[in-house]
Amino acid sequence: MRAVDGVSFNIGEGKTLGLVGESGCGKSVTALSIMRLVPSPPGKIVGGEILYRGQDILKLNGAAMRKIRGNEISMIFQEPMTSLNPVFTIGNQIGEAIHLHQGLGKRETREKTIEMLRLVKIADPESRVDDYPHQLSGGMRQRVMIAMALSCKPSLLIADEPTTALDVTIQAQILELIKELQERLGMSLLLITHDLGVVAEQADEVAIMYAGKIVERTQTKAIFNRPLHPYTVGLLNSLPGAGVKKKKRLEAIAGVVPSLLDLPSGCRFRDRCPKAAGICAEAEPELVEKEQDHWVACYFPG
Amino acid sequence: MSLLEVRNVKKYFPVGSGLFSRRKGEVKAVDGVDFTVEEGETLGLVGESGCGKSTLGRTILRLIEPTEGEIVFHGKNLLSLSPREIRDMRREMQIIFQDPYASLNPRMRVGDIVGEGLEIHKLATGKKKRDRVIELLNQVGLREDHYGRYPHEFSGGQRQRIGIARALAVNPKFIVADEPVSSLDVSVQAQIINLLQELQEKMHLTYFFISHDLRVVEHISHRVAIMYLGKIVEIAPSETIYRDAKHPYTRALLSAVPVPDPGHKKERMILQGDVPSPVNPPTGCSFHPRCPYREDVCDKVEPQLEFTTDGHGVSCHVFGPGKRV
Repeated sequence: MRAVDGVSFNIGEGKTLGLVGESGCGKSVTALSIMRLVPSPPGKIVGGEILYRGQDILKLNGAAMRKIRGNEISMIFQEPMTSLNPVFTIGNQIGEAIHLHQGLGKRETREKTIEMLRLVKIADPESRVDDYPHQLSGGMRQRVMIAMALSCKPSLLIADEPTTALDVTIQAQILELIKELQERLGMSLLLITHDLGVVAEQADEVAIMYAGKIVERTQTKAIFNRPLHPYTVGLLNSLPGAGVKKKKRLEAIAGVVPSLLDLPSGCRFRDRCPKAAGICAEAEPELVEKEQDHWVACYFPG
Repeated sequence: MSLLEVRNVKKYFPVGSGLFSRRKGEVKAVDGVDFTVEEGETLGLVGESGCGKSTLGRTILRLIEPTEGEIVFHGKNLLSLSPREIRDMRREMQIIFQDPYASLNPRMRVGDIVGEGLEIHKLATGKKKRDRVIELLNQVGLREDHYGRYPHEFSGGQRQRIGIARALAVNPKFIVADEPVSSLDVSVQAQIINLLQELQEKMHLTYFFISHDLRVVEHISHRVAIMYLGKIVEIAPSETIYRDAKHPYTRALLSAVPVPDPGHKKERMILQGDVPSPVNPPTGCSFHPRCPYREDVCDKVEPQLEFTTDGHGVSCHVFGPGKRV
């Protein structure tokens, strides 16, 4: 099964790229590939290169990769409930990365850990550092995850649905925090989400993914003002309520996302596409620069 | 007369009352809620996780017994009915659940899942039941040949359609929809929302639509109630809530929703802290510890839901009707 099939993008220093797609489209596998965390076997990166500061990290050996992972490239996950270890204190877990990557002693590690907790605005960090994950709320756990990811001041942060499991008011807090820390630390962000609202507010550039491929990629403004791919258009039209003019009926995209094991020939979206024609079944469209800095994989864009 | 009237309903769950431990306290999941639902309308109920919205939805159907209060449906107080009478009443009131993966019995065929209600209420058997189930499947956008299949053969959106067909089987008047689209992708979510609206028009259904997604609720509801820590803090017609919210919590909630429009600039009101525990809710107004507008009275006196003449209810000392602003 090809979970991610020929995906290319780049992220500038200090910039945010939003990677958008529905469940099962391969967004998370893309992220795990960058971290080289795809379990192997059964997973395999069969081709391509991942250049970090000009260096192909797919060619690095285990030890060299460990120096980058968690240190220069860091990741936060969707589930703050399951990505923390329940039997260690949060101080222990944040301290682990600091101790490993920065070689600090016990005391300094603890001090640095408390400083990180303060950075992510956890009240009373001196006593919270000895708490176990179950003693914290969902929002606080996600703050701990962020503290952990940022503890070594990474230059690239990969955030995989960082706020999906959280309530809207907590989501607003966390997004604000990520934005603030990003500015302060000057890091780049790969923000993976299914929420177009989150992308509109956080990202400089957006890549839309469908069934393992990027189908459209451009500046955030252009995606919302002038979407070119029928899938992007469909996604935007199917959003209910706020901001968009109130419609009597939502314009749903017909059908369902195809299984990656049973993809249609040619364009993967053609079964659900209102514009599909003969050519769409014959060959898969390439991602081409249709307008300046606006890439789309479709025979009938716009 | 309203189709449904909920009066001062409370549901407290005991905490720490295991077999050997003493009762330590109560979770006030629903703590004194009043509202009505009119025939043919959709009342949306919005709140964050743990605010008691699902408990309220289930309490209305008496799937959970309330601790206190009255639930009047069609002029009958549900709480005074015998188990037999309540079973008959359930023909009129149905529920659609959030998780289409957990709410369908994996060992039953789709036809039996949808048709079970028909048998229980002795509405149809044999060939008649089969015909009715197929009619229902067509109504929700499924096909006749889905009749003999099992739930695992369907996608999330299709399963939710099965759940809807099951609820519709007994021809109910009133449906509690508990986060029916939350676990679905946006493109599929829109299909299900459209289906629910079409069915409402065709069958003159009344919905109690529970969700944490303000955009979905705005789209589907005629009126919206906002719940916080077991209480309704604001209730109003949908346009009023989204244009002219009064309660600080409602405003914070609305301002926290990310808008899919990069040109959109807005004042975001970021709330500090988390929702307090319902075991030990704050005194006075339960929102006061997080409220940026709190005044001296707020931690002492509990505000009541007060209404303006156009049916906009607010429970707030500072922004309630007749108060400041």
